[in-house]
Amino acid sequence: MNDIVIDVNNVTIRFNLASEKVDNLKEYFVKLVKRELLFQEFLAVKDASFQIRKGESWALVGSNGSGKSTLLKAICGILKPYRGTISVNGAISPLLELGAGFDMNLTAKENIYLNGTVLGHSKKYIQKHFDEIVEFSELQNFLNSPVKNFSSGMRARLGFAIATTVQPDILIVDEILAVGDYAFQQKCLKRMNEMMNGGTTLLFVSHSINQVRTLCKHAIWIDQGTIQKKGEVNEVCDAYMDMMEKKQKK
Amino acid sequence: MRLFITRIKGFIKYTDLMNELVSRDLKLKYRRSILGYLWSILNPLFIMIIMTIVFSRMFKRGNIPNYPVYLISGQILFNFMNLSTKSAIQSINGSASLLKKTYVPKYIFTVSKVESGLIDCIFSFGALLIVMIFTRNHFSPYLLLFPLILIQEFIFILGLSMLLAASNVFFHDIYYIYNAITTAWLYLTPIFYPIEYLPDMLRWFVVHLNPMYAYVTQLRCLTLYNCFPDISMIIYGCADAVIMLMIGIWFFLKTQDKFILYI
Repeated sequence: MNDIVIDVNNVTIRFNLASEKVDNLKEYFVKLVKRELLFQEFLAVKDASFQIRKGESWALVGSNGSGKSTLLKAICGILKPYRGTISVNGAISPLLELGAGFDMNLTAKENIYLNGTVLGHSKKYIQKHFDEIVEFSELQNFLNSPVKNFSSGMRARLGFAIATTVQPDILIVDEILAVGDYAFQQKCLKRMNEMMNGGTTLLFVSHSINQVRTLCKHAIWIDQGTIQKKGEVNEVCDAYMDMMEKKQKK
Repeated sequence: MRLFITRIKGFIKYTDLMNELVSRDLKLKYRRSILGYLWSILNPLFIMIIMTIVFSRMFKRGNIPNYPVYLISGQILFNFMNLSTKSAIQSINGSASLLKKTYVPKYIFTVSKVESGLIDCIFSFGALLIVMIFTRNHFSPYLLLFPLILIQEFIFILGLSMLLAASNVFFHDIYYIYNAITTAWLYLTPIFYPIEYLPDMLRWFVVHLNPMYAYVTQLRCLTLYNCFPDISMIIYGCADAVIMLMIGIWFFLKTQDKFILYI
């Protein structure tokens, strides 16, 4: 059983969805005195369990706000589950948002170092792969201009290039290929395929069911925080599409 | 114990990130200014000149051999505390976009702000040297002990910053409250006046409960009075620093899992 890389065990994730968020002391005391301090509980993910084995490719599908991204964040270690456990075996490369760590005032070159170290690489490692990153992002002519002048597509290219220099054990991709032109999307898909052939486990979120069907072998369908169905990709996607169509007819 | 070892490993893994963040802060601070890093020296120098013009006659009767050196010794240490904590207090809120999307140990951002503050402070020691040369102050070998004071103060600031940064996540007005506190703190530290001018009661509180007094007094021993700092001041300084750091780390670790729900 050693080949399980992600083990999600009865995980529940809770948010405080208070109608008015109290974020300063003055309001806190006013509400405390008035006895209006409510903790409105919202469970973004309810009692989810699944196991992912090494080398498998899984997709998470579901409508907006169903808890897909929350679940991914919990697996990356950004969120702590309220109940249940998540154990992860191996190095994760999270692609929740491309270029999340960019400082808009720094140049592309400086951002490659900053973002690379954010992802946990050493400076030496980035120096070694610098040319590779620049080549993949196709931004040779813009290395010394500040990232604030870049288009969102250019930022995405740079972000993807930095995040995928490494061959991670687990690659987590959240809806990032929506930006970027067709050629770049193909390039990204190709690179993800290469990684999977090299033994990387993939966890993929996308609203493009076609991409899901071509890239993944398994899928999980989440609706309003609960897992509706998990298993072979085509079965799950068919069930999900059925539900979506029924909803539309109503 | 195992937790401790993983924490240390995490720290080592992210040292490069820490360096990148510090160099980003320094680069952005003076980018597109002609004088660049010189501002770190010029700033305290200008303020010292103005304050000397205003206050030096007022405190002539106090036992201060060299007023400009007296002033700038206190001023650079207080500025170190003031500027570092004020940038560190926003360090978690300011990195929200990053903390929501990737896993990075959260304290890195707070520590890097204090570290940039330390580097800035070391630059401004240049201003102190300039003033000492211009006023023909003597240079004693004790001056080489200044890193000991900076280490104490750095630890103290680190603890305070972690406490402030963590609490500012939950209550954004901590920042404004703290601004008012530092103003009071400035006047309760003998930076531009001699400690003897304070009434007895107040003086007791400043000497015993204001860590900045311990650091400023130690530095003045080196720059002005040509002696080894008073042992009691060193003990106060170190004790304050260690206690503050423990409170800061305790509070930060206790609350850090909830940050993500508030930023």
